[in-house]
Amino acid sequence: MRLRTFLAAGAVASVAIAGAAQAEDMTIVSWGGAYSASQLNAYHKPYMEMNPGVNIINDESAAEAVAKLRAMAEAGNTTWDVVDVVASDAIRLCDEGLAMEIDPDAMLAAAPDGTPASKDFGEFLVSPCFIPQIVYSTTFGYRTDLVGGTPPEDVCAVFDLENYPGKRSLEKRPINNMEWALMCDGVAKADVYDALATDEGQARAFAKLDTIKDQVVWWSSGADTPQLLADGEVVMGSTYNGRLFKLIEEDKQSVAMLWDGQVFDLDGWIIPANLSDERKKRALHYIYFATDTQRLADQAKYISYGPTRMSSAPLVDKHATLGIDMAPHMPTDPNNMRNTLLYNYEFWADYRDDIDAKFQTWLAK
Amino acid sequence: MGSMANGDNISGPILAADGRPLRQSLARALRLQKLRALMLIAPLLIFILVTFAAPIADMLFRSVENSIVPDTLPLTVAALEDWDETSGKPPGEEVFAALRQDLLAAVAAKAHTRLGSRLNYEQTGIASLLRKTGRRVKRMNEDGELAVQFANAHKSWSDPETWAVIKRFSGAYTSGYFLNAIDAQLGATGVEARPDNERIYILLFERTLLLSIAITVACLLIGYPVAFLLATLPMRTSNMLMILVLLPFWTSLLVRTSAWKVLLQQQGVINDTLVFVGLVADDARLAMINNQTGTVIAMTHILLPFMILPLYSVMRTIPPSYMRAAKSLGATDWTAFWRVYFPQSVPGIGAGAILVFILAIGYYITPELVGGTSGTFISNRIAYHISSSLNWGLAAALGVILLLVVLVLYWLYDRIIGIDNVKLG
Repeated sequence: MRLRTFLAAGAVASVAIAGAAQAEDMTIVSWGGAYSASQLNAYHKPYMEMNPGVNIINDESAAEAVAKLRAMAEAGNTTWDVVDVVASDAIRLCDEGLAMEIDPDAMLAAAPDGTPASKDFGEFLVSPCFIPQIVYSTTFGYRTDLVGGTPPEDVCAVFDLENYPGKRSLEKRPINNMEWALMCDGVAKADVYDALATDEGQARAFAKLDTIKDQVVWWSSGADTPQLLADGEVVMGSTYNGRLFKLIEEDKQSVAMLWDGQVFDLDGWIIPANLSDERKKRALHYIYFATDTQRLADQAKYISYGPTRMSSAPLVDKHATLGIDMAPHMPTDPNNMRNTLLYNYEFWADYRDDIDAKFQTWLAK
Repeated sequence: MGSMANGDNISGPILAADGRPLRQSLARALRLQKLRALMLIAPLLIFILVTFAAPIADMLFRSVENSIVPDTLPLTVAALEDWDETSGKPPGEEVFAALRQDLLAAVAAKAHTRLGSRLNYEQTGIASLLRKTGRRVKRMNEDGELAVQFANAHKSWSDPETWAVIKRFSGAYTSGYFLNAIDAQLGATGVEARPDNERIYILLFERTLLLSIAITVACLLIGYPVAFLLATLPMRTSNMLMILVLLPFWTSLLVRTSAWKVLLQQQGVINDTLVFVGLVADDARLAMINNQTGTVIAMTHILLPFMILPLYSVMRTIPPSYMRAAKSLGATDWTAFWRVYFPQSVPGIGAGAILVFILAIGYYITPELVGGTSGTFISNRIAYHISSSLNWGLAAALGVILLLVVLVLYWLYDRIIGIDNVKLG
C-alpha cells in the first residue's frame, strides 16, 4: 500500500516536473489496513477509472488527523483534500473552523428514488461539516473456549468475574466504559447521560469499574483486542466490530461476537477549510460520487461496517472474497440491535476533557 | 595582566606597527576573527533558529497565550470589569448587550465555537453553551430583555459561575494551563488545589522521574560489565560482540517493543517456560507487562546501547597497564578495579547516564505500548493533549515543566559531579 502510494506519488511528481502533468493529485486521508482497502475498492478505483485526470493518493494518518489539520492550517499549507474522521472529531474540527461546512442537498447525491441526501442520511448528519460514511460499533468479543458452558449474552458479563473469570480488555478512555458501567450498575439506558453529568453518577461508574479494575488490560489501538483474544491473554474484550469480523470470519479464531450493549459510532468525511476553489471543487466531486447510495453499499462488500444511507441498506451484498452474506454481520442488522447505544456526541464534546482527567487519575491510582 | 599594567604605567601604551595602541589593535583583530567565524556558522545558526528554536519557543508560548477570549469577546470583557464575581448574581443588561454584539460578530467569523473549546477546558459545558447560543443569537430581539433571552437559549447564562469563568480568563495571558499542569486551578478565591479525583500530573511527573532513574540504573548495571568486556577483549571478538549490541539498535522500535509483548505477556514465552519448568503455577502466572515492570524492562533494553557506547569508548582509552601496575604493587583484583579502573571510567558513566536519563524522561511510545496504566509517563499525557484533546496550551505547559525539570537536574549534575567530567569518547 505504502509502496504503491509512494510510487504513484513519485511518478506523478516526475511527470509534473517534466511540465506535462497528466493527472491531478488528490490526497485522501484514512485509517489504513482493511478499512483503507475497502475504500480503495469501493470508491477510489471506480472513481479513478471514471476520472482519469485525478490521481488519488491514500494517506494513512487519520489517527492524528485533528492535530495535523490544525498544524497545517496554522502553517497555511493544507495538503490534504478529503479526510476520514470519526464523528466526534468532525465536530471538533468544525468547532475549530478547520473543516468546511457542507450543504447536503446541494453537494451530495440524492437517493435513487429522489429522496434528498439530508433525509437519506437523516440523524447521522451530526455536524454541519460531517459527511457520514459508515456506522460502526464498539462491542465485545469473547473466547468461546474460555467462557465455560454458558456463553455470555449480556454486556454485563464484562463485570461478572464470578461466572466469567479472567482478564478483559477495555479501551483506555472513559467513553463507552462509563456507559457500560452505569448500565450494568442498574441505571436505565435512557438515564445514563443524565447520571454521567453529575459527580455522583461519575463516582458510581468508577465504583463499578473498580470491581474489575485489576482484571482489565487497557487498549489504545483497535488491533490490540483481536491480538489479545487470539493469544488467549483476555477472555473478552471490546473493539470495533469490523476487527472482530476479521478475527472470526477471516482468521477463523475461536471467538464470538457479543452484540449486546454495542455502542454505535459514525465515521465519515470532512473537507478541510480554506482549500483553493479548484481543490474544493475536486474534493466535492469525489465526495458526491463516493457517498452515493450504491458506493456506500459497495463498501460493505469488503468490511463489516454498515452504510449510513437508509437507501443503501437493501443493496448490501455478499463479501467480495469470503462469499458470505454481509447483512447479518452489520451492526445495524435487527438481530444485532436488540440493545444498543448511540455515541452521545454533544455530551462527550462537553464532558470529554473533564471526565477524561478523572478517568486518567482513576487509572493511575 | 599585572605586568602589562605595570608596563603601561612606565612607558605609555604599547603601540602596534600602524601606530594604534596594541590592545585596541588586538581587540579589533579578535573581533574580526569572531565575526568571520560567526559568518561561517551563520547558515547553520539561522537554520537552527528558524527550524528548531523558533517553533519550540512558539509552542512554549502557547502555555500562557489566551488572546482568543479578549479577541472574541472584546466588549463583554470590558463590560464585565465592573461586575463583582462574588456578588452571586449574573451581570446586568449592559453586559448581555455587549455579549450579543460580540457573539454576532463571532458567529459571522465562526469563532464562537473555538472560544467554546478554549473555555470548556476551564468549565465543562461551555462548549455546547456557546454552540447552542451561537445558533440562537441572531434571532434575539435587541429591544427585549436580553438576560431572559440568553437564559432561554441556555440556562447557564443565568449562572454567575459561567460569568466568573469568562471574567477570570479574560486576559490576553493566562496562568490557567500551568496551574492545571500542577493539579491546581484558578478558583473564586485565587489559586486552589484541584479536587482529589482530578490530580494526576504531579503523580505522573514523579513517576516519570522515578522510573527514568530506575531505567538509568538498570542500564548502568547491565551495560557496565558488557562495556568492560567489549573494551578488554581482543579487537576481533569485541567487534563481533559490538554488532550484537548494535543489532537491536538498528531494529525498529515498534518491532522490539512488540517482541517484548510476546515474551512478557501472561500467555507469553517466559511465563510458559516458567510454568513448564514448574517454578510458577498455571493460575498464578507473573504479570510482567502492562505495568511498571514492563516499562522498565522494555525501555532498559531499548536504551541500553546509549549506555554501552559511551562507556565502551571511554574504557577503551584506559591503558590496561595501569591495572597490571596496580596488581604488581600488591593490589587485589577488586582493589585494582575499584581504585584504579573504575575512577577512570566515571566520565563514561556520566555521559551514558545523562543520555539514557534524558531520553527516558521524554519517551512515550514504549510506555504507551507496554506500560498499561501504572507504567505510563507524563509524555503520554502530552501526546494525548497534542494529538487527541487538542489542548495544546496544557501540553505546552507540561512540556515547559518537563524541560525545566531536565534543566534543573542538569544543573544539579553539573554542581555535584561536574559537566566537564562527561566524556562521549
